Amino acid sequence: MTDLSVANTANQPALDVEAIRRDFPILSQQVNGKPLVYLDNGASAQKPVAVLDAMDRYYREMHSNVHRGAHTLGDRATSAFEGARETVRGFLNAASTREIIWTRGTTEAINLVANGLAPRLQSGDEILVTQMEHHANIVPWQMVAERTGAKVIPIPVTPAGELELDSFHSLLNERTKVLAVAHVSNVLGTVNPIAALINEAKKRGIITLVDGAQAVPHYQPDVQALDCDFYAFSSHKMFGPTGIGVLYGKSHLLEEMPPYQGGGEMIERVSFERTTWNTLPYKFEAGTPAIAEAVGLGAAIDYLGSLDRKAMEAAESALLIRANDLVESVPGMEIIGTATDKVPVISFKIAGLHPSDIGTLLDQQGIAIRTGHHCAMPLMDFYGVPGTARASFAFYNTLNEVEQLFTALQKIQRLFA
Amino acid sequence: MTASEQDFLNNPLGTKTTLEDVLDAFEFLDDWEERYAYIIDLGKQLPAFPDDGRIEENYVHGCQSQVWLIHHFDEASGKLYLLIDSDAMIVRGLAAIILVALNGKAPRELLTTDIDELFEQLDLFRHISPTRGNGLRAMVSKIRDIAATEAA
Ligand SMILES: Cc1ncc(COP(=O)(O)O)c(C=O)c1O
Repeated sequence: MTDLSVANTANQPALDVEAIRRDFPILSQQVNGKPLVYLDNGASAQKPVAVLDAMDRYYREMHSNVHRGAHTLGDRATSAFEGARETVRGFLNAASTREIIWTRGTTEAINLVANGLAPRLQSGDEILVTQMEHHANIVPWQMVAERTGAKVIPIPVTPAGELELDSFHSLLNERTKVLAVAHVSNVLGTVNPIAALINEAKKRGIITLVDGAQAVPHYQPDVQALDCDFYAFSSHKMFGPTGIGVLYGKSHLLEEMPPYQGGGEMIERVSFERTTWNTLPYKFEAGTPAIAEAVGLGAAIDYLGSLDRKAMEAAESALLIRANDLVESVPGMEIIGTATDKVPVISFKIAGLHPSDIGTLLDQQGIAIRTGHHCAMPLMDFYGVPGTARASFAFYNTLNEVEQLFTALQKIQRLFA
Repeated sequence: MTASEQDFLNNPLGTKTTLEDVLDAFEFLDDWEERYAYIIDLGKQLPAFPDDGRIEENYVHGCQSQVWLIHHFDEASGKLYLLIDSDAMIVRGLAAIILVALNGKAPRELLTTDIDELFEQLDLFRHISPTRGNGLRAMVSKIRDIAATEAA
């Protein structure tokens, strides 16, 4: 960081966390008789009033099926739905809304791509993923590999939880057809150098997919600047509703790929002799879509857009710094994932304590975290642990909540002493 | 290490430590800290578990932590003896409570014991997340399956 940017950070107005917390009604409740401290944002984030209201208003004033009815409500629903698609396009800086496909989430988006790329894959081809992927970015590739005879190969990670870039370079070869990599690791918090990885892959004509599920709650990716072929994310982790997500894909690849599911909406003409597909993006959107959810996601993106991004990032990094500083106040506590570039997530273990014990006893104190393998079993194997405890922070968390987590951990340790 | 018949018979849970002991103790526990401290202590009474018992056949699926369960049916007394192991302390404690209620009983008697009622009496389910509750139920249903087989 240059001196100038340090000065900028110092001058920047701080995020008004108390005001922001009032936007998230669920946060001001008691759990087990204690004020809720919600530190499981990596699993799913909470929703601001703006999202709740947008969905409520949609159902009260506009609901109808989209792209169909010859009536006013149908037009309203369609324009709210397509308006949300345009909002997503703007968020990602995609070239066209034809490249924005609604899916149920990251998982479905990756399955769609893996399935769509199957015709390109042959026996012996290689699909490069990483050791730190979520199962959602491993299993769909294994399934397509099973069908095509391709192989799924992981890029190793270092003990600190960063990708081994030397290994990445040596794994690239003429058989490598796909690179599928997380923008941000859900377990480690590591921000991967995806721009550099994509750049390398592109030189060799390798198709690139970025799993952005854990990135979009913290950053706004620019898919044209990244030049990735696909970028997938889920609404529910970025303060929007569940049940909807996004696949961004470059139009020439989406055009080439076969449809994922068949049914209404995705066709141009159906007959028993010959059925033809609808144009993008509808070719990949069979059936009645999650309309209210799309509208809710649009509202979540607008809400994030109304916040000061720089202040938000500064507040989040302050949470991470405080957490890291407090680690030594809990004897035997060890952070898994100490990359230099991290989002505010700490996976940890505490000597002598099982993660599930930690989770249960934090819950008793009103603190919600996640424990277990985090759908990243290959990464758990790499670290030789059955699971970890993970606290994942969002911009609405306070420094005081970070401190409460550590006070609660100290209390748990006394209980086991 | 393999478990001998004696290892099963020596399990204090359900024999030396009785259900009454646990119910009495619970009456005096006020808050979550005392409650869990007691549960963790009970877990320390689980006897050592044989290494060769940690195999797939004895694994209890559905728990967040790893749980193993083995049994020995004592022909002479007609009673069923159980050993449980887990790597999580609270699960060990909850397993101990299950054993206090079910260990060393005749299979038919075991099958008539209402374990849900016991957990309600202990006011435990309210404090236990549904995921953990599922793990408890998985342990209990494995024990009931064993008892049903022995009773048949
Ligand atoms: C990195 C990553 N990828 C993919 C997913 C899957 O997201 P979803 O379950 O919303 O499809 C998750 C969610 O946990 C994730 O963290």
